[in-house]
Amino acid sequence: MTALDAPAAAGAAVRPPRFESARRFARAFLRRRSGIAGLAVLAAFTVLALVAPLFIGPDQLDVTRVNGPLLASPSAHYPLGTDQAGRSVLLMLIYGSRESLRVGVIATLLTLVIGSGIGIVAGHYGGLVGRLLMHLTDWFIALPGMPLAISLAAVLGQGETSITIAIAVTSWTGTARLIRAQTLAVEARPFVERARALGAGHGQIMQRQVLPNVMPLILVSSTLTIAGAMLSEATLTFLGLGDPTSVTWGEMLNQAFFNGAFTADAWWYILPPGLAILLVVLGFTLVGRAVETVLDPRMQERP
Amino acid sequence: MIGIETGAGPGAGGTEAQAGTTLLDVRDLRVTYRQGSREVPAVRGVSFSLGRGDTLGVAGESGSGKSTMALSLLRLAGAGAEVSGEVRYDGEDLLTARWVKLRAVRWAGASVVFQGAMSALNPVRNVLDQIVEPIVLHQQAGPREAERRAARLLESVGIPARRTRAYPHEFSGGQRQRVMIAMALACDPDLVIADEPTTALDVMVQAQILGLLAELVRESRVAVIMISHDLAVLSHACDRLAVMYAGRFVETGPSRQVIEDPRHPYTRALAQAFPTIGDPASRLAPSGLAGDPPRPSQIGEGCSFAPRCAVVMDSCRGRDPELWQVDPERTAACLRVLSEEGAA
Amino acid sequence: MSSAEPAELEVRDLAVVYPGRRGRPPARAVDGVNLRVGRAEIVALIGESGSGKSTLARALMGLVKPTAGRVLYQGAPLEYSTRALRRYRGHVQLIMQDPGGALNPKQNVYDAVAEGPRLHRRTEGLSATVRDALAKAGLRPPEDFLARYPHELSGGQQQRVVIAGALALNPSVLVADEPVASLDASVRGEILGLLLGLRDQLGLSALVVSHDLALAWNIADRVAVMYLGRVVEQGPVEEVLLHPRHPYTQALLSVVPDRRADWHPVLLAGEPPDPSAIPSGCRFHPRCARWAAVTGEQRDAAACDRRELPVLAPSDGSGPASAACHLLETTLLETT
Repeated sequence: MTALDAPAAAGAAVRPPRFESARRFARAFLRRRSGIAGLAVLAAFTVLALVAPLFIGPDQLDVTRVNGPLLASPSAHYPLGTDQAGRSVLLMLIYGSRESLRVGVIATLLTLVIGSGIGIVAGHYGGLVGRLLMHLTDWFIALPGMPLAISLAAVLGQGETSITIAIAVTSWTGTARLIRAQTLAVEARPFVERARALGAGHGQIMQRQVLPNVMPLILVSSTLTIAGAMLSEATLTFLGLGDPTSVTWGEMLNQAFFNGAFTADAWWYILPPGLAILLVVLGFTLVGRAVETVLDPRMQERP
Repeated sequence: MIGIETGAGPGAGGTEAQAGTTLLDVRDLRVTYRQGSREVPAVRGVSFSLGRGDTLGVAGESGSGKSTMALSLLRLAGAGAEVSGEVRYDGEDLLTARWVKLRAVRWAGASVVFQGAMSALNPVRNVLDQIVEPIVLHQQAGPREAERRAARLLESVGIPARRTRAYPHEFSGGQRQRVMIAMALACDPDLVIADEPTTALDVMVQAQILGLLAELVRESRVAVIMISHDLAVLSHACDRLAVMYAGRFVETGPSRQVIEDPRHPYTRALAQAFPTIGDPASRLAPSGLAGDPPRPSQIGEGCSFAPRCAVVMDSCRGRDPELWQVDPERTAACLRVLSEEGAA
Repeated sequence: MSSAEPAELEVRDLAVVYPGRRGRPPARAVDGVNLRVGRAEIVALIGESGSGKSTLARALMGLVKPTAGRVLYQGAPLEYSTRALRRYRGHVQLIMQDPGGALNPKQNVYDAVAEGPRLHRRTEGLSATVRDALAKAGLRPPEDFLARYPHELSGGQQQRVVIAGALALNPSVLVADEPVASLDASVRGEILGLLLGLRDQLGLSALVVSHDLALAWNIADRVAVMYLGRVVEQGPVEEVLLHPRHPYTQALLSVVPDRRADWHPVLLAGEPPDPSAIPSGCRFHPRCARWAAVTGEQRDAAACDRRELPVLAPSDGSGPASAACHLLETTLLETT
């Protein structure tokens, strides 16, 4: 949407303000301490997840190949103890962040694409199409989310893919309603009518006028959605809908529960994945709130 | 009588209105906004005085500082504004007055009619209740008495009794503006500040509102400061005009004289911007003023109007003109005026 | 009927009815209008809010589909398929009130002006087109403005960008809906001068919608005065504004504040016009001072409260002024 066809001179002139607005955003964001804290937490987890394969191999996570003590409490060699199969809980925790984050991110992307798509289309067309889409959304809202996800996962088979789909299918409705409301507000503004008078069709209005103006909202809602998605992932996996051979935080909780960690007082097995989920969800929420505050023009007015 | 002081300083103090009738006396009012580390002057030294029943029209473009000036009289210019100078209301300087006194003046002494009537009215309460409240709070009137007075006020602005219990959204734009005026008059103020009271309205409704204000001034001797970009409207609604540019008055005087024989080139441009139907000079020849007013942060040396002035001279860029007396009742801040007067 | 040469833009018996919401009766916003805009002609359409003037402008743009009647561009009726509308909007362009809102805050000036040509896939030499349009709209040099965003421009500059955006499509007609109502007095004349200059230099036709009769005096060749969905008086500007015949035009003229010392506004009584409750007979009669002054037999003969007014035929560039008023027919009041 940038001035690609502008000549070099104009192109060069067009760029600075864009950087300028990004810089302004960064400056405003950096003033919010909670946002920075959230960002730091997320960065730490992301780096760990990315580098995990460099020092954790299948040897340390495969139940059949590990040879540590069973359900041992924390020690120098196993800082967070071991699980019922003798694996290091710390390594599982680090490695598990990969799958948990991936499911969270992919489910969120799906949620946003479906939610924003339906929201914008429903808001733009109004009339019969809009009403039908909103009825569809209401219908999905009325469906009990967790049982639906469970039955979806059951139908699609165990594993991360079905969990991802189940999360997306149950959580897009909130985004759709939010984006539809925002679309209605944008559509009422005169520049949309100007675009129409210039000859823009439905697709062009949604893409070039509405989308850039609802984008900040999508961005904000993404950080909050991802927190929800990761919680759902943990819940569904804990309920046993995940792949038992994969290592995720929800899966760890599930195994801890079914292998008697609770009765054995093996707190080192239960607490870490729970705390990790809590931290990441908190991180996304803090970042989301900060972004929301910074992007809200009413907040921007204040020094 | 409104006295508008020349910029000459202490010596001109004698032109002041007769003591005793002066309601508002403003001296060297300055408003500065802080933008980061920079100071942005929005109002740069405005002086005038206003007696009971006087009407003063302040004209200027958006960005001229006219609204900031008017709102800062009641310390309503916003938290980031630094206001200096003197605003004597009934003898008391509002800029240094205690909060309690200021609040009393805001409620009962001077009231403001804002431009956007919809946003200034509470959407979930009917208009009668909204007028009754300040009467009960500040005039120690009983609810019944207050209601009677509110209904009478609404009737005087043309809202029939059967509609007083309606909500703001049920009124048209002009009716809402009239409700705003009724509200401003609820506590019998001595001064009404009307900030662009007719800008968003149709000409027919505008004429109604102007007529209403004129009637109120006649009947209650309330003083009015009216702000607008429309010199023609102001000239009909007010006895005196002050034309504002870049945070200062550049011309003042009796309305008819200012609009018929403007001395400052800026006033001339504003006066010609609204044509007289039937005047062959303006037929198929709209007249405007090229360029934009300077941003408050960019006001430099010399006359701030010089970049847009059609009759600019070399000396204009070096010297910032003050308001000079043109004749006993008029002042203008233009070097040409000074040289003409000097030559004469 | 119309003259031999087809008008640039014409509406015939146009009506737009909005369905009533929540049990309210439908609103007859435009209720039978004939109007012609000739080649290189500027027509001013004047009315209060509620007169239907903005709806008429939208109907002319094809943004609102008329309930009855037709819009003709160079003699050919406007069709409402997506493709036909897009082609039409290459010829007829809209300029709106509130330029601040008409520009997408996320687009810089270059993108805002390039929007039209891109939508019409006229991207060859786009950069030159954009600069040319900006220069024509008075933003010189164009390079200074390309990278700016709407909030960095003054109101007058924003309106010039909107006009440049329309000019970039090289239209033959501009429909301007209150183009100066939200602008400062000093900028008003500049923008009107620009519109006038575009007519003189590029031969553009324009329909300018406004509530301000003085605007018609400033730039229009002909003027049409609208009340509650109908044109009540139309004709050459000098004729209508200097010798108004319809009582509504006379009232509107009287309330224009100007520099004359003797300003005696004639205020209309009654409620502002409501298109969902159009009075029977002559729709102006409840507020009409002339009708109120008529008594006895004349009142029966005129019967303004019962007799519907005919729709005014479209006047063309050479035609005389016409006014829709029963009391003019009786000739008794013709002399007033």
